[in-house]
Amino acid sequence: MTPTLSIEELTVGFVQQGETIEAVDGVSLCIAPSECVGVVGESGSGKTQLFMAAMGLLAGNARSSGNIRFEGNELLGAPPAVLNRVRGSRLTMIFQDPMTCLTPHLRIGTQLAEIMVHHRRASWDEARAAAVRMLERVQVSEPRRRMNQFPYELSGGMRQRVMLAMSLLCEPSLLIADEPTTALDVTIQAQIMQLLRAVRGEFGMAMALISHDLAVVAGLADRILVMYAGKIVESAPAQELFRAPRHPYTAELLKCIPRVFGARLARLPSLAGQAPRPGEKLPACAFAPRCPRAADRCRSERPLLMGADRQVACHFPLAP
Amino acid sequence: MSAFTQDAVRRLRANPAAVLALCVLAAIALLTVCGPWFNPNQIQALDWLHVASRPGLQGAHWFGTDRLGRDLFVRTLAGTRASIAIGLVASLISLLVGVTYGAISGYIGGRTDHVMMRVIEILSGLPLIFFVIFLTVIFGRGEYLLFISIGAVGWLTMARIVRGQTLSIRQQDFIAAAVASGAGTGRVIAWHVIPNVIGPVVVYATLTVPQIILFESFLSFLGLGVQEPGASLGTLIAEGVGEMEAAPWILLIPGGFLAALLLCLNIFGDGLRDALDVRQA
Amino acid sequence: MSDPLLQVRNLTVDFGAQRVLSDVNFDLFRAETLGLVGESGSGKSTLARAILRLLRPAQGSVEFSGVNLLSSSARVLRAQRRNLQIVFQDPLASLNPRMRAGDAVAEPLKIFEPQSAPGARRRQVAAMLERVGLSADMAARYPHELSGGQCQRVAIARAMILQPALLICDEAVSSLDVSIQGQIVNLLLDLQAQTGMAMLFISHNLAVVRHLCSRVLVMYCGKLVEIADCDALFAAPLHPYTQALLAAVPRIDGTPGPAVPAAAEHSARAPSGCAFRYRCAFALPVCASQEPPLAQISGGHWAACHRSHETLNPLS
Repeated sequence: MTPTLSIEELTVGFVQQGETIEAVDGVSLCIAPSECVGVVGESGSGKTQLFMAAMGLLAGNARSSGNIRFEGNELLGAPPAVLNRVRGSRLTMIFQDPMTCLTPHLRIGTQLAEIMVHHRRASWDEARAAAVRMLERVQVSEPRRRMNQFPYELSGGMRQRVMLAMSLLCEPSLLIADEPTTALDVTIQAQIMQLLRAVRGEFGMAMALISHDLAVVAGLADRILVMYAGKIVESAPAQELFRAPRHPYTAELLKCIPRVFGARLARLPSLAGQAPRPGEKLPACAFAPRCPRAADRCRSERPLLMGADRQVACHFPLAP
Repeated sequence: MSAFTQDAVRRLRANPAAVLALCVLAAIALLTVCGPWFNPNQIQALDWLHVASRPGLQGAHWFGTDRLGRDLFVRTLAGTRASIAIGLVASLISLLVGVTYGAISGYIGGRTDHVMMRVIEILSGLPLIFFVIFLTVIFGRGEYLLFISIGAVGWLTMARIVRGQTLSIRQQDFIAAAVASGAGTGRVIAWHVIPNVIGPVVVYATLTVPQIILFESFLSFLGLGVQEPGASLGTLIAEGVGEMEAAPWILLIPGGFLAALLLCLNIFGDGLRDALDVRQA
Repeated sequence: MSDPLLQVRNLTVDFGAQRVLSDVNFDLFRAETLGLVGESGSGKSTLARAILRLLRPAQGSVEFSGVNLLSSSARVLRAQRRNLQIVFQDPLASLNPRMRAGDAVAEPLKIFEPQSAPGARRRQVAAMLERVGLSADMAARYPHELSGGQCQRVAIARAMILQPALLICDEAVSSLDVSIQGQIVNLLLDLQAQTGMAMLFISHNLAVVRHLCSRVLVMYCGKLVEIADCDALFAAPLHPYTQALLAAVPRIDGTPGPAVPAAAEHSARAPSGCAFRYRCAFALPVCASQEPPLAQISGGHWAACHRSHETLNPLS
């Protein structure tokens, strides 16, 4: 079976002042049809740039190498015409801030219908009808009235629903959701996550869910990739990752998430040190400076991502 | 020097046009100061043997003479010096007044801002040229008056720019943090507002200098600026226009200096704007 | 308890015609950590700014150690600010980009102790930077040369250098990575233990509030809807909004909580009644006509809901 998205040895760097700053460093991953993969990492871990590369949306000073195959076709370095045929129809993305992703001066209906007209050569009437149906499916109240509204007239949660409707119109085979709920309130976040779950069941597309928050990803992802300093450090089925993390970073990260329920703590668990800054000189294992298990070997020999179903890039992984 | 300034300098250096413009400006400035030392002629001395002579070596009249036999080399350099001085002083005045006025107006806001902006609108409604003529008529002609009258009007745009910047800076948390730390209005404006508007201000000031030089030349051309026997590029050009057919160099030499000066200042100002534009980074 | 350090009474703030904060009343005691939770737009940050008089409330009073900040003169207010400091959400935006970290930390000293010698001041700044976990050589750095967590430490150092009696943290850890959040919260706890200051900790992150605060205020649409001891609030929330907030927190085990209905878009702000009734599963006709007052239900536990005496369980 051809994977929906397969990325091999992807490296993304940004040229700044004559130096190349690596954001993604030799990442390989695979997303099977209708699989939901969660990608978790802190700011600067390269999780967003990884998928920006797949969408062909990297900044002008970016240099990338490797392979990105979407439904068997190479996307990296593909001409804009090829990318445009795929983007917005087969491969879609929703972002953290839906306000900046909707054109402010066009009505919601026009923006939605335009996608159908563009990708499916639908007539405007058909496209508008399809748009209304789609708004209903993502549980937008009064879809007909919304069609005539402008983005600023909607709340953040409603805008994210509109973005989702927009990305689902052409029935994509992969939806990339980049921090889709980070800008939203916790009750709205719960609604959007519930909606994503429902939509996934209904449309059956594959999903890549990017987040800094393990708990957000927990309810939806089948498999979770943990990124640190541009590399994948652990990949595991979601339940197993939470039950028994193997990479010390994953374990520490899980410990750090404060719990709402259970005993009150006198101090919050925390991870010492700073997340590596882009361009910072790092030892062979980037996590070694903050790792409780680090030894000399971690500073000299780069740990490779090993294993089949559960992969971990660590010389001294925790027991499964 | 802050890292920001270092970055800006590096970007400026990477712009060959701006660097060249700066070199030419430095060369002109050096020439206006040191040039007269190497030429025996006095600025007001009349050389009756060489009246309206062509540029050459006779009597050390390297740029020739005008129709009164005055040495054009010395007069052009003196005129350029006067023009640069007026440009710099008037820009400085407009910088000081404009930045203070704009920052106060934008930071305090409310009714104060309202009144201060209406004042600016009234002043910019007055045609500049009539305003200067009006001042000259009342106070008589003189170079100092020229500095003041141009500077007094030139700050209007600067104040508007600074006010606009201040309005956006005022919203930022570091201003609230400073106020919450007990900083008074004066301290907030001086330490937190003005240092953060300096980028656009420097750029605009650089682009104001050529405007003012041009305006001064225009006034002098009309006879309202620097008076004979003093010289500015404007008076020299006005004189040259009369002899355009018989002795074109009397027009072309000061005209060339003016053109070079304006071109270099504008190119340098543009380069500075690009260098300070953080979005380029 | 002893006299409150901060007494907020009937505090009301209008932005133009819109009322963003209405009739807020609460006390904050010395050495206490009071949490304030609510969603964006609920008026949390407005409350912080109104207490500091960074904006002008329409009415009400804010009494800080016996001085009403809202009616005091600019001089008295400035003198009080030495004891009343704030840390903001966005660490980079809360530092002047053209000021070195050391100068930012030194600024309150320059304002309140202008007579102190530069050398002594520099030593004091270096000591403060070390107390917040930064090396003294960070003083020479500009904000953009620091990471988010380091910037927030600088902002905390600036707020703490005068040893305030009250520190307001307005979403102070919300924009930081999870692994850094814990460091900053622990730092605040350490500083509080050392100095005995009180904290008003504003956050939308219930989990952080849970572990940090002793009492919690819950705010919805500019009104306080529940006040309770932290343990009581998390064990048995009384207001349906608090219950909804708690239910919505994503869990690591992946079990989805019940979602709360979205607020009706642009519903005209009701002049009367409970603001939460549009999203409330338990709304009664009385909720539309009568605004529920904030009433004490049991010792120290207050709620503004007509049905708070009944046992409502949203999870059933």
